[in-house]
Amino acid sequence: MTSPDTTIPTTKEQRNKRRPEMASQWQLMWWKFKKHYLAMVGVIALSVLVFLAVFAGIISPDVPKARNNAYLSGPPMGIHFLDAQGDFHLRPFVYARTTKRDPVTLRKIAVVDTDTHWPIEFFVRGGSYKFWGLFKTDIHLFGASGGFIHLFGTDSLGRDVFARTLYATRVSLSIGLVGVTLAFVIGAMMGGIAGYFGGVADNVIMRLIEFIRSIPTLPLWLALSAALPRDWSSFQVYLAITLILALVGWTHLARTVRSKLLALREEDFTLAAKLSGCSNSRIILRHLLPSFMSYMIVDVTIAFPEILLAETSLSFLGLGLREPVESWGVLLFAAQNVRTLAHTPWLLIPGLFVVIAVLAFNFIGDGARDAADPYSK
Amino acid sequence: MLRILLKRFGFMVLTLAAVSVVAFVLIQLPPGDFADAYANKKQATGGPISLEEMVELRERLGLNRPWSVQYFDWISKIVLHGDFGYSWGWKRPVADVIAERMPFTLILAFSTLFFMYAIAIPIGIYSAVRQYSISDYVVSVVGYIGLATPNFLLALILMYLGQKYFGQSVGGLFSPEFQDVDWSWARAKDLIGHLWVPIIVLGTSGTAYLIRTLRASVLDELNKMYVVAARAGGLSPTQLLLKYPVRIALNPIVATLGWRISAIISGAPIVGVVMSLPDTGPLFLQALLDQDMALAGAMVLIFAALTIVGTFISDILLVMLDPRISLES
Repeated sequence: MTSPDTTIPTTKEQRNKRRPEMASQWQLMWWKFKKHYLAMVGVIALSVLVFLAVFAGIISPDVPKARNNAYLSGPPMGIHFLDAQGDFHLRPFVYARTTKRDPVTLRKIAVVDTDTHWPIEFFVRGGSYKFWGLFKTDIHLFGASGGFIHLFGTDSLGRDVFARTLYATRVSLSIGLVGVTLAFVIGAMMGGIAGYFGGVADNVIMRLIEFIRSIPTLPLWLALSAALPRDWSSFQVYLAITLILALVGWTHLARTVRSKLLALREEDFTLAAKLSGCSNSRIILRHLLPSFMSYMIVDVTIAFPEILLAETSLSFLGLGLREPVESWGVLLFAAQNVRTLAHTPWLLIPGLFVVIAVLAFNFIGDGARDAADPYSK
Repeated sequence: MLRILLKRFGFMVLTLAAVSVVAFVLIQLPPGDFADAYANKKQATGGPISLEEMVELRERLGLNRPWSVQYFDWISKIVLHGDFGYSWGWKRPVADVIAERMPFTLILAFSTLFFMYAIAIPIGIYSAVRQYSISDYVVSVVGYIGLATPNFLLALILMYLGQKYFGQSVGGLFSPEFQDVDWSWARAKDLIGHLWVPIIVLGTSGTAYLIRTLRASVLDELNKMYVVAARAGGLSPTQLLLKYPVRIALNPIVATLGWRISAIISGAPIVGVVMSLPDTGPLFLQALLDQDMALAGAMVLIFAALTIVGTFISDILLVMLDPRISLES
């Protein structure tokens, strides 16, 4: 027998190291999660995306609807510190663009003018927007004085792809969030009913889940959203699409809840709680729920990218969200045919965001799965 | 064994019945019925249609009967005569429209399935045996990206690269000169030459998933005592690997065959649309956009039936592969 360590831990590190037995379940999970390198990368990437989405209005140099007629289908404009002569400028700049007419096709094209610089300035005034729907403002984080700046280029109408992508990130992530929340509620309820009541209810719900899982999801999603009335407003469509995604996406969660409930019901601590006179709701909320909450979080991180991809696919095919709403799928819809793609490959940039978001969620899911049971090993 | 098969078969039939109800509901879902659609079409071309005509049309088509009667009418026609109804978008029976395009979807789906397993199984085993080697890391990274890239994005990127570096369109399944000619050896060769792009597009995420699963389960098995015992008994490494760990590790791979088929069938329409393949994809999308629900519903039914039968087959395979399953019941 060793005597208990009586020295008082001073730094946070020491506290953590010395008292793993005192740490709460969530703390143990967090420590284990932190060790998963890729999961932390995922968290950082996702935080950046969320930050961009939340502050889309101020970060984008202009409002997403603004059309720049001087720069239609313009390629991305790079930010430079060194100019054509090799001189260094402390203030970054973009090269000016002048419009010319192509002698052969007679189409208007933008030509890079390396002699003129458009320096980048911060907190400039531009198109006005409503900050979080609260108050009107026209302040933008950065802009090019004397001209315009399009980091990701523009589409055929001259709209800034960078601004549109940021606003789309907002819509797509929020659809994922709302959809996952709905799926979470449905899944927890159905799984709860199946696991708690058992018997016929369990049988019916399990068959329903197997049934939903056995039919190909995308055709079902497509068919359901094609059946939506065409005259709905974009907000109604948004709600309906989220609901459709959630209706097909809850099965995984319900399964987890059910199997965990079934197993935990038989545990000794549940019996102990019952014997000491806890009410049913207290047993469920205080004793059972915390035990499998972590598994539900794992399932949420798996369900999230599925819903993101589904929304993107639906909108990409023109059956989900539509203009004027921006979402990743809506933006990619413009890049649908090869001919546009050959001239304006930068329209695929929103796709990069999709891949990053899905990868981030996959990494976080992997880390969460390892951390879900902090008492193993 | 026989009991399991019968049980599974019964479940398959029940699921098929349930799917047919869903498909029927989908067909009925949009506002208005065939008569309305017909009237709209007539009006658009200038021919007015009177109220009496509408009533008469509804009477003739049986649209005013209760929906349960209509459902049984619909499903019995499908089961007994293979009659899926009439597509007003194409002005032809649905069965004819689908039959023209279905072979390409089937060829694509099954060759994708074949290549997925043919590639994933050796690579999965290899990266488990050579864990933490450079090739293992490369496979893992490529796999992660493959899982995260939506099918259609991969298609767009491949088409862009094809356009840029080979100067040719990689869409479609045939070169222009083979588009409308009769089947011949040269045409088949041309088809195979075009098929690999959609196969890559459709198969990448599934292959990545299979490799990950197989790698994890082979790794699980490799550390078990029986493997050590067999090695100590003097079995050659290859023989040992293939005979024990791999055989067990194949279980989850076979068990998810049904889901793989489901995923491929799910992805096929969107890839078909993006790459303008002459398969059921563009047909399905067009039917949905036009709310030509007789055609769309029939295709949902066929897609679902394919995956349900696929799940049934994977169940049978699993019972054959793993004797423990039939002992359990």
